[in-house]
Amino acid sequence: MAENVTPRVRAPREASAGEVVSVRTLISHPMESGMRRDGDGNTIPRSIINRFVCTFNGETVVDVTMEPSIATNPYFQFEAKVMESGTFNFTWYDDDGSVYEDSSDITVS
Amino acid sequence: MTHKTKLATAALAALSLSVSSLALWADEDADLVVNGEIEMVVRTDAPAHLDGALSTIYSGWVFRSDETQAMQMDDFDNPAMLFAEQGQELFNTAMGANGESCASCHSNPEDLNRVRATYPQWDEEHGTVQTVEMQVQECQTESMGMAEAWGINSQEMLNMTAYIASIGRGQVIDVAIDGPAQDTWEAGREIYYTRFGQLELSCASCHEQNYGNYIRADHLSQGQINGFPTYRLKNARLNGTHNRFRGCIRDTRAETFAIGSDEFVALELYVASRGNGLTVEGPSVRN
Repeated sequence: MAENVTPRVRAPREASAGEVVSVRTLISHPMESGMRRDGDGNTIPRSIINRFVCTFNGETVVDVTMEPSIATNPYFQFEAKVMESGTFNFTWYDDDGSVYEDSSDITVS
Repeated sequence: MTHKTKLATAALAALSLSVSSLALWADEDADLVVNGEIEMVVRTDAPAHLDGALSTIYSGWVFRSDETQAMQMDDFDNPAMLFAEQGQELFNTAMGANGESCASCHSNPEDLNRVRATYPQWDEEHGTVQTVEMQVQECQTESMGMAEAWGINSQEMLNMTAYIASIGRGQVIDVAIDGPAQDTWEAGREIYYTRFGQLELSCASCHEQNYGNYIRADHLSQGQINGFPTYRLKNARLNGTHNRFRGCIRDTRAETFAIGSDEFVALELYVASRGNGLTVEGPSVRN
């Protein structure tokens, strides 16, 4: 079970219709690859965030499949064109079954 | 000219070309504003005690590449802030026999905003110069009833000092070098100018006489410690001041002083005083 997992999101609160906004996300996570061994030679079990999804008003913005060897604390920055006010929902899926969520509202004028 | 020396000359020319293009990476005239609100002093007149040695002091930030500089300009991009956040959690976590957290006494963490800017400082009660780490240890063993305080270079301590530094970001550093701290300060200055190791290098050899130049691929800074603890891209973790001192002295091929030793406390006081006038940047991002 990964500890100290905290999702963070930075997205603008306001935009004009049709504007392309930049969204940044970060989740603190050790991203243990499953390839390492501990001091006694035992394999340290894999524990990574394996999927990240961002939706806007239910519509998919990005859906990312993540593999081992992605560095600790995965950071994603992407752009989205917003036509109407709404909510970005962010979801991270952990190997251990945990699901982490965050959201960010945006007002479009 | 033999064929071999011609090749060597060509290689040398290529090397100097790449060195000069490296130099373009660092924007030495840039100003540092963190989160668009905390204005840092990254260059200013040197404190009076450096008369004849340096005229201007520079934060290590100005010597780093554009990309590294940018990482420190926004907390979201600064990987060190994750550790500072963990430090904040520790600050509010009860530890020790008395069931107290740091916040039990320091209910308003903002009151600690001058800590990073004024340490190391003389501690009257103990009759010694104390670093921030030693102060935390004192709180833990003498007030909070912990049998064993955190190690100076432990992850918890680094997280805590990163948090304490982050509270004081933008504060102008003003470390006292006179009064009871003067003896320690002079001992630190002695170490700073003493050549160590097989390479016979003193701190001053690189950081006073050659800052701005390259030592192989490294762009030498003035070795200011206003950004500590600092997140280094080379090891992707927080690095404390003493650990950095140890790395430098090791690189001179010398036996180093121990982390937390009197020598390093004295050196930390002296080096901190060389940055009087700069602002607290910790936790910063460096290469």
